Order: sequence, then C-alpha cells, then structure tokens
Amino acid sequence: MPAPIDESQVRHIAHLARIKLTDAEVAAFGAQFANILKHFETLSEVNTDGVEPTAHPLPITNVLRDDEPVEPIGVEAALANAPARETPYFKVPKVLDQETA
Amino acid sequence: MSAVDQVTAALDRIKRLDPQLKCILRTQDAAAPIKSGDGLLQGVPIAIKDNICTHDGITTCGSKMLANYRSPYDAHVVERLRAAGAVIVAKTNCDEFAMGSSTEHSAFFPTRNPWNPECVPGGTSGGSAAAVAARLVPYALGSDTGGSVRQPAALCGVCGLKPTYGRVSRYGLVAHASSLDQIGPIATDVRGIARMLQVIAGHDPRDSTSAHEPVPDYLAALDQSTGKLCIGVPREYFGDGLDPEIRRAVEAAIETYKSLGATIREVSLPHSKYTIACYYIISTAEASSNLARFDGVRYGHRTANPRDYIDVYSSSRAEGFGPEVKRRIMLGTYALSSGYYDAYYSKALKVRTLIKRDFNEAFSQCDILLSPTSPTPAFKIGEKSDDPLAMYLADIYTTSISLAGIPAISIPCGLTASRLPIGLQLMATHFGEVRLLQAAHQYQSATAFHTATPPVCAE
Amino acid sequence: MQIKPIIGLEIHVQLATRTKMFCACPLEFAAEPNSRTCPVCLGMPGTLPVMNRTALEYSIKAGIALGGRIARFSKWDRKSYYYPDMPKNYQISQYDLPICSEGSFEIPKPDGSTRPVGIIRAHLEEDAGKNLHEGLDHTRVDLNRAGTPLLEIVTKPDIQDADEAYSFCVELQRLVQWLGISEANMQKGQMRFEPNVNVAITDGGVEYRTPISEVKNLNSFRSVRLAIAYEINRQVEAWKADHDYTLAKKGKMNFGWNDAKEATEFQRGKEESHDYRYFPDPDLVPVTVDDATLARLGAEVGELPLARQRRFIDTYGMTAKDCEVILADRATSELYDDAIAQVADAKLLTKQFVGIWNHLASARQSTIAGLGVPQVSVVELAKIVADGTISASAAMQVAEKLCEKGGSALEIAQSAGLIQERDESAMQAWIDQAFTENPQAVADALSDNPKKSKAAPGFLRGQVMKISQGKADPKLTGELIEKKILSLKC
Repeated sequence: MPAPIDESQVRHIAHLARIKLTDAEVAAFGAQFANILKHFETLSEVNTDGVEPTAHPLPITNVLRDDEPVEPIGVEAALANAPARETPYFKVPKVLDQETA
Repeated sequence: MSAVDQVTAALDRIKRLDPQLKCILRTQDAAAPIKSGDGLLQGVPIAIKDNICTHDGITTCGSKMLANYRSPYDAHVVERLRAAGAVIVAKTNCDEFAMGSSTEHSAFFPTRNPWNPECVPGGTSGGSAAAVAARLVPYALGSDTGGSVRQPAALCGVCGLKPTYGRVSRYGLVAHASSLDQIGPIATDVRGIARMLQVIAGHDPRDSTSAHEPVPDYLAALDQSTGKLCIGVPREYFGDGLDPEIRRAVEAAIETYKSLGATIREVSLPHSKYTIACYYIISTAEASSNLARFDGVRYGHRTANPRDYIDVYSSSRAEGFGPEVKRRIMLGTYALSSGYYDAYYSKALKVRTLIKRDFNEAFSQCDILLSPTSPTPAFKIGEKSDDPLAMYLADIYTTSISLAGIPAISIPCGLTASRLPIGLQLMATHFGEVRLLQAAHQYQSATAFHTATPPVCAE
Repeated sequence: MQIKPIIGLEIHVQLATRTKMFCACPLEFAAEPNSRTCPVCLGMPGTLPVMNRTALEYSIKAGIALGGRIARFSKWDRKSYYYPDMPKNYQISQYDLPICSEGSFEIPKPDGSTRPVGIIRAHLEEDAGKNLHEGLDHTRVDLNRAGTPLLEIVTKPDIQDADEAYSFCVELQRLVQWLGISEANMQKGQMRFEPNVNVAITDGGVEYRTPISEVKNLNSFRSVRLAIAYEINRQVEAWKADHDYTLAKKGKMNFGWNDAKEATEFQRGKEESHDYRYFPDPDLVPVTVDDATLARLGAEVGELPLARQRRFIDTYGMTAKDCEVILADRATSELYDDAIAQVADAKLLTKQFVGIWNHLASARQSTIAGLGVPQVSVVELAKIVADGTISASAAMQVAEKLCEKGGSALEIAQSAGLIQERDESAMQAWIDQAFTENPQAVADALSDNPKKSKAAPGFLRGQVMKISQGKADPKLTGELIEKKILSLKC
C-alpha cells in the first residue's frame, strides 16, 4: 500500500480535481485523508489473485443505438444556464495554453 | 378526496409543518392544471429529491453550485410519474450531490427528523423521507447510492426501497456514482412502495445500464401467497457497533417472521468488513469524474472575477462545492491517480466481485436476507460532522447491497425508548423485487409499526 | 555518419455517421455554433451516453481493413482533463482494450511495389468542441463538434521518411473513403495528423537517438510531409551542435506547426506529465463482437483498393493512369468490375472510363459512379461501339444523353441518328454518288502515281461520310471503296 498522504500531495490532488483549497483546508483534508486512507488500505488484506474486477453490477453488453438524428434543443436552450455567454457561444477567459491534466 | 383536494391538502400541510422540518426546498407551481385520467397515481401529490431533474423550475442537488440551475428536461422517472397522473408538488432537501448520511450536507439548511427535530432525518434522501414521515405527501422519490433511500427511511420510520441496479432508469438523476446509483420510492407502507415502483420501473433506451427485464405486477403480487419463506440472517450484520435497542427490535422481527412460518437460517457474508472501504473507493472515484462537469462554463456557479480560465474551474468549484463534496472528489481523484489506481480502484473492483459472490452464496441458501438498516437510530444534528470516517462507517449495512446491485427495502420495526424509529432491512436477489415486497408486506400485515406517526403529525 | 529517421503517426479520422457518438444530435459542418447540441453532448447533469451502432461498426470495418485483430470484448474508458471545449471534462475513449490492435497496412511505393506499415492500435473516441479565440481577448466555446465519433489510428514507428508518411496518409484517406466510413475531408478537419519523429544517428560506430518530437494537429498531407522533413533536418543539426541532444537526456517534446513559416515550433509548458485517470465508464456497458458480426462486416469491407488495383493491372492490363481514374472510388471500380464481365473488350471499356466517363464526371464534379448511369447502360454503350453500331466518336454524345436522361444507349443513338449504316446496298449508292461527283479523285486512285493513288481512297471515304451525314460505317466504307477501285482497275 502507498505511503500516507502529505500536504504537497493534497495540493497536487486538489489541482488535478480543479478545486482551490485554503491552507486550512489543505491541513484538515490531509489529516482526514490519513484516517480514511488507512481504512481503505484494509483492502490489501484481501487475496484477490485471479479475481475479475466488477465494473458493472449487471452483465449487460452491446447496448447500441441506431444512427438516427433527433432535433437538437436549440441555441437558446443550450445557453440558457450559461454563467457567461456571447450568443451563440459560451464565453470563458482566454485559453492560452493547450490542454493540461 | 379529489385530485385537486389531495394536492391542495399536501401544499397546505407543507406550508403549515415544513417551516419546522425543512424537508422541502421548493414547492412546484400549483397553478399547473391537474388533469383527470385513470393513471395509477392520478392526482397523487409527490415530492421528488432535488437531484432528480424536472424541466419546470430549479434542480439544485442541494448544492450552491446549482442554486439557479434549470434543467431543460424531465428525468425518466418524472416523465413516468407525470404520465401516471402524479403531480410533482415539491423538490426535497438532500445532502449535496447525494453525499452524506444526514442531510446536514445540504448547502441550504439541514432537515429535521419529524420524530425529534434535534435529530437528523438520515440521508441523503432526508428531505424525502421526512416529508413522507410527516405525512406532507403520501409518496416521495429518493436516490440510493449506498443507502441514501433506506437509511433515512429507517431513521424517519417509513419504507424505502432501493430497486435492483438497472430496474429504474437513471436518466435525469444527477449522477453521484454511476455503477451504484438507483432511484427508489419512499412511502409509509409497502403497498405504496409497490405502487410507485410499478410506475417508475422498466427499460429506458437513454440509460445503457437500464435492464430489459419485464416489469411484473408488483401490486397484484402483494396479495398473492409468498409461499414458505426462508430468511437468511447474515451474522456479520449483528456484530460490534450495533445499537442494543436496534438489535432487540430486529431480533423481535425475526421472531415475528418465525411466527409467520418462515424458516430462519444464519448465513455469512465474509467480506462484510471490507464493504465500507470498497464502497467509498468506488463511489468517490466515480463521483470525482461525474462531478468534473460542474466547472462554471456551461451552467452552474462561476466565480465572480476569475484570474484566468483555469481559475474559472478552481475557484468556481471551491466556492460552489461544500466540504463533503470536495473531500469525496479529492479522495476519488486520489484513488484514480497514477501510481494509486491499482492499490485502490482496481483492488476495490476485485473486492466488489468477492462481495457479490458472498451474496450469491448466501442466496443459494435462502430467499431473503434480513438485517438492521442502520447500526444506530437518528443522531443529533452536528454530532458527527467533524468525523467523516465515523459517518462513512455508519453505512455498514447498506453499502454492500449497492455494490452487489441487489434490491433491498427498509421498513419500520419499532421505536427506541426515546421514540426514534428503527429500520429493518430485507434484501433479495437481482430483480427479486416481487419476493422482497411480499416478504415486507407479510411483516406489515402482522405488525403495526408502520402506522405509527411522529409527534409533529398531532399538531 | 548515417542517419535513419524513425517516424510514427497518430491519425484522427472523423467517422461519417449521421449522428454523434453518444447522442442523436446530427453532425453538420459549419452549422450555427451550439445549434447541434442536446443535454447529453452539453454534459448537462443527469444525462447519459448511448453508443451509436454505426460508429462502432465503422471502427470495426476500419480495423479489419487495417489488418488488425478485432477485440471480441471491448469497453469504454473515461480520460479526465479539464478544458472548456470538453463538456464533461472527461473524454469517452478506449484505453486498454481498443477495438483494433496489431494491424498492418500496405502503402504504395513510387516503383509500383508496396510496403507494410505496422498499426499498433485503432480505437474509438469522442471529439471535443472548439475553443475560438482568434482576435478576441476571451474564448468562445462552440460545442457542435463535441461528441463527434473519431477513430484514432496509431502506427508503429515504421515509417522511413517524409514521403512515405505522405503516402501513408494519402492511402489511408483513400481507404476510409473507399470503406465509406469517413469523408476524410481535410478542409473540414475530418482527418488530423500527429507525427512522432526522431532520428537514429550512427557516428563512429555509436548510435545516438535524438529526442522524439510530437508535432501536433496537422491537417494536410502537405504539412505532414513538410513537418517531418523539417524535424529530421532540425534534429540532425541540433545533434551536430550538441551531442547531448538525445532522447535519453531530453525526453519527448511537443511541437506545433507554423504553416506560414513552414517550420515546427517548440511548445513550452507541455512537459508536465499528464495524469488522465483512465477508468472504465460506468455509464456505458462493454461491447462484444461475435463471429457473425465480424463475418458480415468483413464481407462489407471486401477487396481493399490496393489489392483491387493490383488485380486490375494484372487482369485487364491497366496502366497507372487508368487506375487513378477507375480506382478513384469504390463504386466506380465496382461499376467497372461488374461491367467488364459482360464486355469482351477490356481495353475499350477502360478507354471509355478514362475518356468519356471521366470527362463527363469531371465536368459535373462527380465520380463516374456518381453520374448515376446504370451498369447495363455502361455495358450497352461499350458493346455498340465494339460491334460498330455507332462510332467511337459518337459514343460521347450518347454518354452525355445517358447522364442527362438515362434510357437505352441504342435508342439514344437511333433517335440522334448516330447508328452507322452497314447495309451494303445503301452504302453502295453513297459510294457510287461519291465516285460520280469526284472524277478527279477516282482518276487519282487509278493512276500510277503512288502518292496520288494512296491518298485518293481516304478522300473518297471522307466524301462518303459527308454524303451519309456520318452514318456510314467508316471501316466498311473503306473496304467497299477499295473493292470498287480494284474492280475499276480490272
């Protein structure tokens, strides 16, 4: 099992999750995570050699849809909840770099 | 009562009693004409948990993030209810994005337990359970990821069903953990549960995980003989941490079943102690991804003066999400992140297989499994808010069922000395709802616990 | 010093489905921004994806055509990253079980031979929308493209130079168009390329490898060729200047392509390692492919263009130029292939395709098959020219009418008066008239002057054609004139 989580890891995870944390939150989460992860790590006791993972509770496969178009909802409905818009677009501050993970 | 009268009565009761209970986030526009017809729920007023989308009005998920969000469409279950003549009168309070066990994590206010306003109603469908308990509405819908219908039903003294995964379409249920989420009905008795399930169950082509299994006549089944029931009692569900009053009430329920002719058999679910870890790894991992879409770009809260586009994400999410949601998103992100995936997420999926196998093995020996729903009765508001792990551990009896995808119902089986409700949980195999409802109905035919009303109803 | 480039390609091909990958929004290029969206592709709360069957089948066809192994069990994974044009902030893709793996694709070499390029994998994924910010101080987001099905094809680093990369891209475009799974229109961004380039340099018995450059988002064949050539040259020069310019020391780098400067540009700040947190999408169920489906799709894939080309050259004696026309698209090649069985003269049919039909198609900006002339008419036209019913030159007129109105080639030729007269008595009358009206020519034909006697029959034949208004069968006319001169000589 991995080593317990430190503050820099909490900050890294918060960055991946795109949640800005205050220093107090970093400290609080760090302490809580240590506890919770310790509990999570009890799974290491279980022998899962040769056990298939269960990603879906039911064994359903091949749910496929015919390639038939349906009328879209329209620009106004698409933008209706937008916190900022420049019709017919959503509007955000300028994206300077490419994707970052 | 006529349809109009039923709806008016519900709205009046909400107006009179809800200010002290805080079950309801919003009542829906009562001006909508009530249609006549012969639907199974014609004119019946129904409350819907606020993480289920309705095209009229707002759907918040109990979050500041979606405080003003208007869904452009009705959830599948809402379409079904409306088609059956039901009137959606209110949207109910819940833990933010259905994360919690007490409804204290609503961004708006905590809901109070109708049996004792100082106590929580359970969660996350606390508003729906409390609304039915206080008889504000006859029926409500909740959603259950790891016990969120069953546990508040238990703590509020009403019935709550988590159907088999895939029995009810998730289309329009704002996702918490996609492989676990199911919408479930809450009612005062099993007949009400059957009536609601009849309407909402069935295949929906918009949900790839929705089952094609035919929908039986649940209502008619209640009046048919159950035959001789064999009830399994998992010994791991009666261990340390179970409140003695709850143990006694559940043991009394076992005696009741015996007196009704059921065979009782002790069974084992050996991986029970790993359930909480397994459940919280999988549910937080899925939630971290499901909640990524709340970014302040297309809808939802956006921070006032973002520094740049990344700050739109980070600050909007920091401001829009409450602490429990942030905690779970971060836990889930961690469980999926590079270097930790195998130890956490991948491992949990394998343990999930073992937990499923435990149930298969148990159901090879009996028809129904029986346990407490919650290890404790309703706790005081604020009592557990500083200890998230303690809150998680309280989901010990409900989460394994969600991991296995089987149906389970919580029904009232008594009150504690301080007059707080106790829930009895019954479980069945995949798509075994008929047997499950029959077993629960048999109990209610022989007992009166479900008819007890909280003190608020006397007002 | 020896230099050996190592080149691999990542190619995104937009599939030609009618609707998006996980919702029923229609795909339409250049529609009003955000007008081709719905709650699902906008990533609105509570929505769920449902897989497009056609997109899946197209990807399997591509996999078969690329000679790959089709996964009998495949699934969908979420790839997480935040970007304004990604509505869910995860992309639905395929991670560890791509629909196709371990393929091999033949590409043509300039000498007429072919060479296989290894395919590592081909998988399905959804496209993002578009962030638009040119000339703006903010970014506009258009999600019409979000959810468009894409096939990502990854080759082995088998490609030897920029020209070979170019041929690969061209041949791949022909393949996906041939299969009908993509329009592969560059202007619409339906094919996008990301070459990975580095160079193995052997100097003094030691091999050095330069850092791998990934050149992002190229959208023309030309830019693929130029960018690779530029990178090879740049990397060799960089290594010459600094022998530490190696993969081991510098790792992998990302570059953009500046089309105006025809140069790659280093992209800063992209070295940060990604953590995409792939995991199986719980909203989508796995896909299994059974024998029957595989057989059905395999039959639909049929003979691949390069194999058909080889067959046409070997069987029908086509030239490379003929192939270019007749194998330009699948339907045309099939029209030809079906027609040829009913026409004895392969050369004549080929000539009509490359000449008449290609001319008419170009004029109408269509393919030959796209002209809509049924196979039976194509065959009929070839036959009536072959048996002399109409002249080769009259065939163009008939073909034009076939394009415009359809109908029978023979009837068109009849009503246009294009049928060649082959009745000897009718022809004899025209010939007699020509001989009567042109005594000088007849005299020349009978003279001992070899120059004159050789030219005269041709002239007389021309006169017969004129008198007959082109109806006389020229070949038969020539024969009859020769006969008449011979009889006059005796």
